[in-house]
Parts: sequence; structure tokens; C-alpha cells
Amino acid sequence: MLGEGILKGLAVTAKNFFGSYVSKQRLTTLQYPEERLPQIEATRDFPFLVYDGTDAEQGLRCVSCHICEKECPPKCILIEKSTDKKPDAVGKMQFYPARFDIDISVCMSCQICVEVCPFDAIKMDVVYDLSSHDRFGGLMLDKQKLSKSNEYYRQIHPTEAAAVDAALAEERAKVAAKAKAAAEAAAARAAAAAQASGGGA
Amino acid sequence: MMTRVQMVDQIFVIAKHSLLAHVPAMWQPLCSAVLSVVPVMIVFPLLFAITTILERKGLARQQNRFGPNRVGPCGILQPIADGVKSLTKEDIVPRSADQMVHLLAPLLLVTAAFLGYAVLPIGRNMVITDMNGGVLFFFAISSLVELAVFMAGWSSRSKYSLFGAMRAIAQMISYEVPLVLAAIVVIMAAGTLSTVSIVNLQASYTGIFPHWFVFTPWGFTGFALFMIAATAESNRSPFDLPEGESEIIAGYYIEYSGFKFALFFLGEYLGMMATSAMAITLFLGGWSAPFSFLTWIPSYVWFFAKLVALICGFIWIRGTLPRLRMDQLMNFSWKFILPMTLLNIIAAGVWRFMPGGPLRWLVCSALIAGPFIVLGRATSWQGKGVAVRKYRYAE
Repeated sequence: MLGEGILKGLAVTAKNFFGSYVSKQRLTTLQYPEERLPQIEATRDFPFLVYDGTDAEQGLRCVSCHICEKECPPKCILIEKSTDKKPDAVGKMQFYPARFDIDISVCMSCQICVEVCPFDAIKMDVVYDLSSHDRFGGLMLDKQKLSKSNEYYRQIHPTEAAAVDAALAEERAKVAAKAKAAAEAAAARAAAAAQASGGGA
Repeated sequence: MMTRVQMVDQIFVIAKHSLLAHVPAMWQPLCSAVLSVVPVMIVFPLLFAITTILERKGLARQQNRFGPNRVGPCGILQPIADGVKSLTKEDIVPRSADQMVHLLAPLLLVTAAFLGYAVLPIGRNMVITDMNGGVLFFFAISSLVELAVFMAGWSSRSKYSLFGAMRAIAQMISYEVPLVLAAIVVIMAAGTLSTVSIVNLQASYTGIFPHWFVFTPWGFTGFALFMIAATAESNRSPFDLPEGESEIIAGYYIEYSGFKFALFFLGEYLGMMATSAMAITLFLGGWSAPFSFLTWIPSYVWFFAKLVALICGFIWIRGTLPRLRMDQLMNFSWKFILPMTLLNIIAAGVWRFMPGGPLRWLVCSALIAGPFIVLGRATSWQGKGVAVRKYRYAE
């Protein structure tokens, strides 16, 4: 009969109306600033620089090799190499970035900088609400703002960070063994030299 | 001497008369008019503000959303924020618009919407003027809205507003006829055009039940038809073709901004509330209580309770039904609503001249229900070899 469909429809909306007050499941809206969706582990937004230890200047893994700067498709990275050297993550003496800027208003979150970095120095962050009143300055992140500790990295990407840590530890052990071997060889050479010179004398 | 219940019921009337006593006799008619008109011009826009938040929350809940919930506790101060926003927005008038008519259209709309309230009894002894042609005056005034709508659409010089205005005129004229015809049954039964007398007739009781006209076969049908026509008349969903958000953006008031836009909004809601109030007056017993043992609640409370209930009904309908097509709209009006109102008049006449009793109920109900089923079949697409349309990419 005419009007049946309308009554059915009215019943549906009435059910929705009262149901939305009773069951929270019906309300799919997320009250954004207060509530946030849980992020998956592989979430990525903008890159950041990892440092080991507590000192951001000393522990920075970046050796200022400019690979990420060259590979970056939208060209949002600017690096200036230092003139002096400091020990890097595995203990070798390397240059470090005197200046490292990423313009996240240009960055397209492609993760290519992370893929190409041979030093595990640049990784992807999970912070996404980086809005700013200052259109140019506010979105230009410098070295201080970009540097985040390895602990933070472990926290946001545990699996990935564990792999990186293991690789770095292996590398460090290798370097340490090499250094030890070199030192031993040097000591042996020194001893031999001393013996030879002693024998000669 | 008045009892306390009567005192509470008549408190506004008493207040007005005691205020008038302090005014010199020469000024009394003017002051009396002002004292009657000003409260109406405050209360109904306030009700409009409440309606907007009620509508936004209600619609949201029907769609399983939260609705506005940021301004004030649970978002109840949203109308204030909306008001401030529309007041502080720039008022843009298109360069090629007819400046004068463009300005006058919203003013005329709101004026026309307000004028209708002159004859609506909002409580016992609470009416601005008790005209003996009140119902006629109301329908005459409410058709002014069409003029305002067309002025707005034409003067804007935009194709969308002209489309909207043309649709509005076609729709409003089509539904004005059944609106008035649906109201005629009450005038036939009451034998008067005065709204106050119509309500007084309904405010008596048999046992605990009131004599509302809606509790008769013709009254119920009349009420349903009146409300359908009123929905179309106030351009609300499912008859919102003139505004058609998704088609012609806002229809005839697309070129309005800032406070003029808000005036259109106000006028529209005032119109909706006025026709709802008219439906209450004609069919739902105006300010009278639904049961005789509830008469201790003041009459104005009942009136506004009924009004809010009808507004909630409008919101419910809006949340449920999709917009009609233009041909469906016209077919519905001329092929279904109009014949039904005419049959309803016959039923009311039969009711008037038959002796009271179950037979009268049976005959009048059959007179309405039979044609309803036949007309429903005739106007429906079912059983006419019209298949339900399949949408290839919607599945």
C-alpha cells in the first residue's frame, strides 16, 4: 500500500536516532584532537635524524654524505658539510652535517632518503599534525628539530629499530675487532722492531 | 475570582493588562499592540534558534553522527556562534543584480512569515488579533512568501537562483491548493474562520478525551494532507527542489550572503513554524490539553509542546526521505493530494449530516480509505511492468 515504504524508512531513522545514544559502536566519528586512531607500525610521515646516546650533536649518525639530498625527488633536503671530523656511530672519524634542513611543506613522504641512507641516519617519523601559523619558517625543520634519539626510534618502529641496532652492533664489533687486530699487529710490529733493534744493538 | 491554576495560565494576559493600566487611555491601543507583538517577535526567532540546533543534532543522530558538539556543553550554544558568523560576514550583492528588489526580497519574506502569527492563538486569550477571517488572512499572507521567493530568484540575475525560483513557484502554487482544501474541512465543521473560535470548539472534553478534529476520519486525513502540503510549502525535504543543495546549491537565495542569507533562513523556519502552528490550531486543538486531567498545565505550554513535536516530525521526515523528482512532485500534488483533499471534503460533509455512531465512522473511513488505496495503486509504478532500476556500478 502507498506509504508503507515511508513508514519503513521512518523506522530505520528512528532506530538510528535512538541507537546512536545507546550503542557507541554506531557512532563511527572519531573526535580527532582528543581521540586518535591507533597507527600501524609502518606508519610514516616525515623524515627525522637519529642520534645515539644522549647528546644530539655528538651522537648524530649522519655523516653528511649528501646521498639523500641528491636522491630526494622534490629536493626538500639541504645539507652543509662540516670542516672538521667526529667519530660516527660505529667509531670511524667522519664529517658531520653543519646544517641539515628539511622543508616538510615540500617533502612528499616518499621515504627514498631512508632507503638510500647507508648509515641508518635518517628514518621516518610518525608525527602528522605539524600545522603551523608560519607558512615558510614553521615548516622548515632544522637539525635541532630533526634530531631525535634512538630510544624514540625504537619506540615508534620497534621491529625496524631492532634490526638497525643489530646491524650497527655487528658493524661496531667488526670495527672494534679490526682496531684490536690492528693494535695487536702494531704492538707485535713494535715488539718485533724493538727486538730487531735490540738484537742489532 | 481566579484559581491559582488559572492565574498561571493567564499570567501573561494579566501582566499585559496591569502594564496597560499605567498608560494613558489615548496610547492604550498602540501599547497593547506593541505588548502583544514584541513577545511573538522574540519568542519565535528564539524557537528558530533552538530548531536549528535541534535539527542539526537530530539529523546527525539519524545518520549516526555526533552533530555540532563543540560550542558550549553538547553544542547547545551553536546557534549563537552561527548568528555571530552570519552577522559578521560580508554582504555581497551581485553587480548585475536588481539592487532594490534584491534587498527587499528577504525583508518581504520575513515580514510575510511574521504576519501569519497575528492570528495564531498561542494560549488561552493569547492571540494578537482575533479576526473573524483569521484562517483566510493566514493563507493570504502565507502566499506572499511566493512573491518574496520569486523576487529573490529574479533579482539575483543568476541562472541557479532563477531555476530555484521557478521551481519554488511551480511547487508552492501546486501545493497551496491542497493546503487550503485540507483546511476547509475544519472550517466546514467549525462553521467559522476565526482561529480563536476553532480552538475553543476543540477545547472541550468527552470523558477524558478532547474534541480535537484530528480524532475524526476526515480530520486525521485532513491533518496528514495538510502536513504534506505544509512540508512542500515550506520547501523542506523531501520537497526541497527549490533549494536542492546538491543540484542548484541553495536555489533562489544562492546569491545572498551574510545577514540576508540568515534572514532567508529565518523566514523559512518562521514559515514552517507558522504552518505547523496553523495545523495545531486547525486539527490538534491549539492550546488545549490532550486529556481533561492535564488541563492544569498552562495552555501556552501545550501549544509550544505541540509545535516542537511537529518540528521534530519535520526533522524526522527530512532525515528519512530523499528528494523527489520534479515530475513526481507534480504528479503527487495533482494526481494524489488534490483528489484526496476533495474526497476528504465530501467525507466531512457526510460526517456532518449523518447521525453520530459507529456507522458514521465506518462510512467516512471507507470514503477515505477506499480512494486512498485505489489512488495509491493508480499513481504507483508497481504492477505496471516498470522494473526496479538496476544501477550497474552501484552494486
